[in-house]
Amino acid sequence: MHEPTPILWDASGQLAVLTFDLDRETFAIEAVLVREILDLLPETAVPGASPLVGSVVNFRGRIIPIADLRLAFGMPRAEATVDSRIIVIEIEHGDEAIQIGVRTDKVHEVTSLDRAASEEPPAVGMRWRRDFVRALVRRSDGVIVLPDLPSIFRSLCGGDGDPAVGAASLVP
Amino acid sequence: MNGQDPVAAFRVEAAELLDQIEQGLLDLGHRLDDRELVDEVFRGLHTLKGSGAMFGFDALATFTHHCESAFDRVRKGLVPATGELVAVILFAKDHMRALIEGDGAGLEAAGDTILARLRAAIEGAAGADVPAQAAEDARGGWRIIFRLPPDAMANGTNPLMLLDELRELGEARVVARTDAIPPLADLVPTRCHVGWEVELRTQAPKSEIEDVFIFVMDDMELTIEPLASSVEPSPAPQPELPEVETPTDVAAQQGRPTARSGEHVRVPAERLDELMDRVGELVIAQSRLSQLANGGVDVVALRSVSEEIERLSGELRDTMMVLRMVPVATLFGRFRRLVHDLARETGKAIDLVTEGENTEVDKTVVERLADPLVHLIRNACDHGLEPPEQRFAAGKPAAGVIRLSAHQAGGEVVITVRDDGRGIDRERVRAKAEAQGLIQPGQPIADQDLLQMIFHPGFSTAAQVTNLSGRGVGMDVVKRTIESLRGSIDVSSASGEGSSVVLRIPLTLAIIEGLLVRVGAERYVIPLAAVEECLELSLEEDLRSRGRSFITLRDRLVPFLRLREMFATGTRPDPYQKIVVIATGAERVGLVVDQIIGNHQTVIKSMSPLHRDVGTFAGGTILGDGGVALILDVAQLVAIGQQQEERLRAAG
Repeated sequence: MHEPTPILWDASGQLAVLTFDLDRETFAIEAVLVREILDLLPETAVPGASPLVGSVVNFRGRIIPIADLRLAFGMPRAEATVDSRIIVIEIEHGDEAIQIGVRTDKVHEVTSLDRAASEEPPAVGMRWRRDFVRALVRRSDGVIVLPDLPSIFRSLCGGDGDPAVGAASLVP
Repeated sequence: MNGQDPVAAFRVEAAELLDQIEQGLLDLGHRLDDRELVDEVFRGLHTLKGSGAMFGFDALATFTHHCESAFDRVRKGLVPATGELVAVILFAKDHMRALIEGDGAGLEAAGDTILARLRAAIEGAAGADVPAQAAEDARGGWRIIFRLPPDAMANGTNPLMLLDELRELGEARVVARTDAIPPLADLVPTRCHVGWEVELRTQAPKSEIEDVFIFVMDDMELTIEPLASSVEPSPAPQPELPEVETPTDVAAQQGRPTARSGEHVRVPAERLDELMDRVGELVIAQSRLSQLANGGVDVVALRSVSEEIERLSGELRDTMMVLRMVPVATLFGRFRRLVHDLARETGKAIDLVTEGENTEVDKTVVERLADPLVHLIRNACDHGLEPPEQRFAAGKPAAGVIRLSAHQAGGEVVITVRDDGRGIDRERVRAKAEAQGLIQPGQPIADQDLLQMIFHPGFSTAAQVTNLSGRGVGMDVVKRTIESLRGSIDVSSASGEGSSVVLRIPLTLAIIEGLLVRVGAERYVIPLAAVEECLELSLEEDLRSRGRSFITLRDRLVPFLRLREMFATGTRPDPYQKIVVIATGAERVGLVVDQIIGNHQTVIKSMSPLHRDVGTFAGGTILGDGGVALILDVAQLVAIGQQQEERLRAAG
């Protein structure tokens, strides 16, 4: 098992993040990881790939996977809306940096999270895989989830179980 | 590239120098009395020492200095070059490479061992009457007289530092020799006119004093003699000669990934000029385009700009492709050392003959060909070539020949590894294949198919496992690597006359001709090189073949895969489906697609690491409308088709 990805709070206990919606939850990604926010692009399905990264798009001449984090958190698939956006992030995967587009229902803002208001994911009472969540941060308007993206994408390649449905079999 | 780390630049340059030195040494091994080669190696060592010191690789500079001075004696004719000396300097060269790649930590012991061997080799070459260097060590101290070259200060040498360094070795009395200072009118103030005479009382050996002058030694006047009062020849201590572990050392060196050099490409300046011209034209076309965009729409002018840009981008692409091409000589050069070492290890005499070194291949292809070729050459040396006595008995010359050749044929590069050894023992191959259950005992099998057996995983006909090969990990890896390069491998062999392995590799990996097809709503690219033919799958045939998924093609059964089902598109089949028959080697498989769109020249983009487990695709490409089409991995699909065929056959 890998250690959870550490949260790099700054000296005053703050963390700059970009917040976005999935289903009825609000999530946050560290702002330093974000490369670009795009409108939806025409996607190409990759047969045989995990549904979590079931398609690819042309992002400035590079082919990058589109991740549907809804599936990692057990949410139903959703149709695109006018608010749907792709957040292109760059994360470490193994020993290389890879770009991934994260499909979101709506992108909110760049804001900062307060360490004092953050909590580790509870051991009970959460229907999500615990290693996919790094922290829950209380805010006046609800709770923001800080997902563990490297852990989620690692689960695709490592042997510790597919987060979403089993990968489609290729052999007819 | 402007902010390039100078140390990295040095590493690249040093790697090239080391290659040159190695080639020189290997040639020298064959022609021991070739003065030009001796000079060439000496120059290489000298440059390496100089630039090493300049970039702060002090351990390298010191070590290289010792090799250089040893070689200097060869150059001056004091000692003849010997095979042993060449072998030792080859080891020394490997050590230098280690020093350049690492920070030099933990390598001192290995370096000292090599230097001890070097000294012994030089002494051995010079004969017993040459006094051992150690005998020159004086007990009481040294008288050192030196005069720097006039331009030493301009080149950054500070004589005071040298004197300080000498003082650190012991009590020194320094006298300046001012006899060479010219009259004031002729004096050039930036030149060094002063010489020094130093009486140094120290226990330090002569070599330590020489080390002080290591970076200026070549141009300066330097005499070091024992202080007169203390000349009492001490018994020469026998230099210790620990055995250097030859085979393991070599293996370690070869195991180190040589791919590191792949990060740099040396480009002839004229090719860059060509590229620059194209870019210049592109900028002009761009400004014409923006003028058009700002003014009214003039369709004729717009079309002409569009054509212009089309031509330019095509030419730019071609020029770019050429930039990535390197001659295979860089690859072949590495194997001379390999064969040299293998010959020493196996005790066989082996000549490596290379042809067509100027054939150019894409840089990435060259890098990835290295390992398969090492395997093939090792195999040829170890299994193929017989020991000298057997060769003699068979009426062949004692030295085995391995012929490595490259030439271009169409869009492919053909690389052949041929030996004149005993050839592949078909009986042994058959016995092994039967033992492994690959074929039934007594089953008739085509000769070519039998030979292909050696590419099965875990297949080795070597009766004995040697250090070199015969562990059965190799040929299957070779085959897989070549296939991942979209190439093919063929083997042929004549008993008693030798074997040859032919590799066919596409010239470049970056661009392929592809056949664009549609399956469901998505488009896919099939590499055109693998496409044999396209047929229509008629409705009746489709219905009839529901159960078995075979078509008869010129009296042969060809299994086919319905990509629509395989990719779970969830769409209805088109009324006129097509079958694209693809092949690797002799194995064929049909792919049922909904529509054939046409030819498409494809720039291959790699898939994200998150999709690496999806084996059916070799990459992706971007279509004219900005969409993405995935490129089918032909080898994988054929393998799936074969499995399906075997399953059906088993089911009866």
